Amino acid sequence: MLGKLRRLNRDVPKVALEESERLPSAERRRFLRNGLFTAGGAMVGGALAGIAPRALAATQYPPEIPSWTRTLGAGVVTDPYGVPSPFEKEVIRRNVPWLTADKVSSISFAPLQHLKGIITPNGLFFERHHAGRPEIDPQLHRLMIHGLVERPIILSMEDLQRFPSVSQINFIECPANGGMEWRGAQLNSLQFLHGMVSCAEWTGVRLSTLLQDVGIKPEGKWLLAEGADGAAMTRSIPLEKALDDVIVAYAQNGEALRREQGYPIRLVVPGWEGNTHVKWLRRLEVGDKPWMQREETSKYTDLMADGTAHGFTWVMEAKSVITSPCPEMPLRGKGIHQIEGLAWSGRGKVKAVDVSVDGGQNWQKAQLREPVMSKSLTRFSLEWKWNGNPALLQSRVIDETGYVQPTLAQLRQVRGTNSIYHKNSIQTWQVNADGSVVNVQLS
Amino acid sequence: MFSFHKSSGLFATTCCGILLASMPFVASAEQAGHYGYGESATDEQIAAWDIDIRPDGMGLPEGSGSVDEGMAVYETHCASCHGSFGEGMGRYPKLAGGEGSLDQDRPEKTVGSYWPYASTLWDYIHRAMPFFAPQSLSDDQVYALTAYVLNLNYIVDGDFVANKETLPKVEMPNQDGFIWDDPRPVVNNERCMKDCKGEVTVSDSAEGKNLTPSTTGPLDEGITE
Repeated sequence: MLGKLRRLNRDVPKVALEESERLPSAERRRFLRNGLFTAGGAMVGGALAGIAPRALAATQYPPEIPSWTRTLGAGVVTDPYGVPSPFEKEVIRRNVPWLTADKVSSISFAPLQHLKGIITPNGLFFERHHAGRPEIDPQLHRLMIHGLVERPIILSMEDLQRFPSVSQINFIECPANGGMEWRGAQLNSLQFLHGMVSCAEWTGVRLSTLLQDVGIKPEGKWLLAEGADGAAMTRSIPLEKALDDVIVAYAQNGEALRREQGYPIRLVVPGWEGNTHVKWLRRLEVGDKPWMQREETSKYTDLMADGTAHGFTWVMEAKSVITSPCPEMPLRGKGIHQIEGLAWSGRGKVKAVDVSVDGGQNWQKAQLREPVMSKSLTRFSLEWKWNGNPALLQSRVIDETGYVQPTLAQLRQVRGTNSIYHKNSIQTWQVNADGSVVNVQLS
Repeated sequence: MFSFHKSSGLFATTCCGILLASMPFVASAEQAGHYGYGESATDEQIAAWDIDIRPDGMGLPEGSGSVDEGMAVYETHCASCHGSFGEGMGRYPKLAGGEGSLDQDRPEKTVGSYWPYASTLWDYIHRAMPFFAPQSLSDDQVYALTAYVLNLNYIVDGDFVANKETLPKVEMPNQDGFIWDDPRPVVNNERCMKDCKGEVTVSDSAEGKNLTPSTTGPLDEGITE
């Protein structure tokens, strides 16, 4: 086989070929010496990695038998905590260096172009830190609940896990998602345009359970949540919301929260702007008025064209985006394509998603993919036969309140271009004749 | 469940699962103290962690600081990022100026032009500044810095001394610039399906603007401006 390969592919690097020729006997010797296969998979991958893709294909496609079928793979606990295939190494969170002064108070974006379901893998969940990611020892971490309560308490993480737990799947979106595009099209990437949203199954204790157990005094109307990071991040949340569906989460997709997501505990405030989901939570105070903290006055308020600003704009309004195709995932040839995307609403369930291929002149109803859950990412798709002509793709979500996702022109008309936050307008992807996809804005 | 405390955690989970399963659901679960977990927080413990300040001054500690004292603290701890006159450095925030700019094409949201409450300044400096050493300043230093930054914005005179009596009385220029009890304007669209608009014009494109880091290969640190 290898002789034939060499004849067919004279451009294959000599070293790589010699590597692969040595493989079987090298593997055999290792097997005999160790009595166990531990590094077989890594050996094959490493040896073949140096071969040009075309040549590699010739060794693996029918009628050839792939090398991984003719060798043993890596044994169990080769990776005691599993990691993605090395072939997925480009599927990572990424940042936009020009957005922030440094990486300590900054943001990273989830690679939505590569994600296939509604759950964001824990290592790819977008990050937003105001003073970096603290390293917290859960045995030393405490949650204090005080203020207008009958019984101020301090809970260890062990105490917290004794309470009845709930699990719920919710998205978290930074209200600045897409905020770079108010004035014009800047970024040509799904990841950077919309990657400040992620979705996970959160497990923890209902805030209502905790607050009822400490007893809220009648005059209590507001809650202050505070983080244990160097920003000591704070937000005021009305008790009505706190007692509705907010949880103190200690787990994310079945395992302890990642440090980037607030390990050991964070607030999850379903449907509300990401900044309210205070990470590394250390303190909850009940009061009778909001605290007007920096994050709810100088930041996370929406400046209108007339110079006034709207505060307490907590809810993430309905939004959708086509994730395939997108600038990172161009169309490869004419024919039938599945237009796929994500939709979500901070006010409840996604009711419907429409897709346009002509810049919003005509719309077709897309199919929603189960599961469709409240305040969760929801998948949609529409089969489309592309004739090779330029097209303008858009998606438009309608949520269960009847709210219809606006166009950018409609948003600008009401809010001007200085809001920064809550830009939930329809995204337009321009498909060029060569299949490439570009972020454009329509007048 | 996650080895915060392996054996006892496991025991607690098992124990409560059995207890709850064998108990009929009763209203007592809604009553204060039903679970009673955790330790009571003492006044001393609460005082140490309860650092939030409200616009009405609730939470402000004893102590004071003048504009002059603030200038010295500012030069040492703040000017390297925020500039000697609060003009900002690079992407570190501008603290002063921007008056009258909020309805302009390029608004400058500073303490003077935008922040609605002086209490927020004390609270934020105390909890999160200086950026590289949060919660390292004394209460007097925080009062002094607050006075100085207010003075940089011409909100207080040079002889102002900030303390828990004077600070809540400071009126910020943009205090009435916010709407708190009204949600942001909800922008309604209509669910038109056919012939929804006559003409479609592309007004802007991200292509060729060279602002997008690469989304393949390793992290792209290239585009910084």
